[in-house]
Amino acid sequence: MTVKQLSVFVENRPGRLSAVTEALADANINIRAVSIADTTDFGIMRIIVNDTDKAVEALKEKGFIASSANVIAVSADDKPGSMAAIMKTLYNENISVEYMYAAFLNPEKGTACLILRVDKNEQAVEALEKAGCKLLTQQDIAEI
Amino acid sequence: MAKRYWNEKIECMEHSEMQKLQSERLVKQVKHVWDNVPYYRKKMEEKGVTPDDIKGIEDLHKLPFLSKADLRDAYPYGLLAEPLSNCVRIQSTSGTTGKRVVAFYTQHDIDLWEDCCARAITAVGGTNEDVCQVCYGYGLFTGGPGLNGGSHKVGCLTLPMSSGNTERQIQFMMDLGSTILCCTPSYAAYIGETLHDMGYTPDDIKLKAGIFGAEPWTEEMRHEIEKSLGIKAYDIYGLTETSGPGVSFECEEQTGMHINEDHFIAEIIDPDTGEVLPEGTKGELVFTSITKEAFPLLRYRTRDICVLSRKKCSCGRTLIKMTKPMGRSDDMLIIKGVNVFPSQIETVLIKDFKATPNYQIVVDRVGNADTFEIKIELSDDMFSDTIKDIATLEKKLSADIVQILGIKAKISLVEPKSIPRSEGKAVRVIDKRKLV
Repeated sequence: MTVKQLSVFVENRPGRLSAVTEALADANINIRAVSIADTTDFGIMRIIVNDTDKAVEALKEKGFIASSANVIAVSADDKPGSMAAIMKTLYNENISVEYMYAAFLNPEKGTACLILRVDKNEQAVEALEKAGCKLLTQQDIAEI
Repeated sequence: MAKRYWNEKIECMEHSEMQKLQSERLVKQVKHVWDNVPYYRKKMEEKGVTPDDIKGIEDLHKLPFLSKADLRDAYPYGLLAEPLSNCVRIQSTSGTTGKRVVAFYTQHDIDLWEDCCARAITAVGGTNEDVCQVCYGYGLFTGGPGLNGGSHKVGCLTLPMSSGNTERQIQFMMDLGSTILCCTPSYAAYIGETLHDMGYTPDDIKLKAGIFGAEPWTEEMRHEIEKSLGIKAYDIYGLTETSGPGVSFECEEQTGMHINEDHFIAEIIDPDTGEVLPEGTKGELVFTSITKEAFPLLRYRTRDICVLSRKKCSCGRTLIKMTKPMGRSDDMLIIKGVNVFPSQIETVLIKDFKATPNYQIVVDRVGNADTFEIKIELSDDMFSDTIKDIATLEKKLSADIVQILGIKAKISLVEPKSIPRSEGKAVRVIDKRKLV
């Protein structure tokens, strides 16, 4: 069970983030999670939205380089040790986390949501579910 | 008193006498080429010219031109005029795919080349009392071997340093008391900066003169180098095709470079029509080597734009003078002393991306060093959501550029359509250096 993540190439110069978010706003896209990986010259903006396909289309129309990839959205209890447990579960299966970030949504009261990009999606999903973690679906993301 | 000329008889020869010498040598050279270079003979036949039509320099214009494209077509042996058994050396241009030029030398060719360099060293005041530090690259590049040979002829104590390791260069310069420096002007400027960074002043070194060439430089740069190293900075010109540095050289007047006319006949032509232009007119420089045995090029188009002048020079030399090249009649760029054609960069992009993305070359000069950036518009295929993948692509591109050009470029990936187009056509090269 994975969710779609939108990635956009953004040059490091003033106004580019404004242009990306404006394009999304114009297409009536709601942003549920966001992170930016930056280098000296450019960044990759990763976004979880309510409608990924529509968002990719809207950005491409404005001339941006955008693509989508499958990531895992995992719900964790908002208390010490829950993230450590998730990491341990992945480590035990020898799964590598490429990057991760937190989402702006709480699936239920007292929980937080982590977005994970790993090297082996299927294996990670299986391990996390076996460990009792709640994974969010595309529909959850759109509706919460 | 120091010797003023390496070869006074030639360097101060009456113009009419020089013309006579050139005519004799040209007639002989045309016959040598006709007999030994089928490639050029065919060109002559196509133009309806035979060696009998060339009776002296007044007939030079009848001969067909040779261009860089000819050198490429004839690579590697097509323009060779001597059996390989008579050749002792090759030198080559910066080693660029599809554009490589390999020149052959007999021992006699090397002697004459080194003699030309000896004239340049003598013209800047060099004698056997001098210590000459050569920091041009050695190897296939002609800079190091040429000045090294000239320095030996003059009898200077020669330091074959090659380029790089600047602090060590300065250490040797101080410990051995170098008096003459030979390198590219940008490297000379860098040595000057490093000297100051190390806490020294020009008073701590014994340098008095520098012979700088292989890349374009300005009068401002000359003044800066002269100030930072406490020397007189002189220009030298040459190209692998005609031998290497020493085709022409500057004297104490520092107002242009005297062409070694006993070896090279210079013409200025209109780059579009090929018509020979009168002295004093700006145009493309064309050389005919009249003494080379192994690789004798007749009417070779250098693509360098300059002006020739026979105005009397205060140094006493009668050899015609050429200005610094003021530009190129093709799209070649000289970056950090290396010849760069935009097409070579395209070759790399096609190889790495299987397509030609929109790109732009940006060249600038910061301080006295060239900067070289290639902007590439990212496409969907090149994009990934992980930095790692894009960084790998950048690294590969960077390595391939070094492989092809021999110099490093800063690779900048940019958003689609961010490279400005003029009338729909992308501007491939932005050269911000204010040269000439």
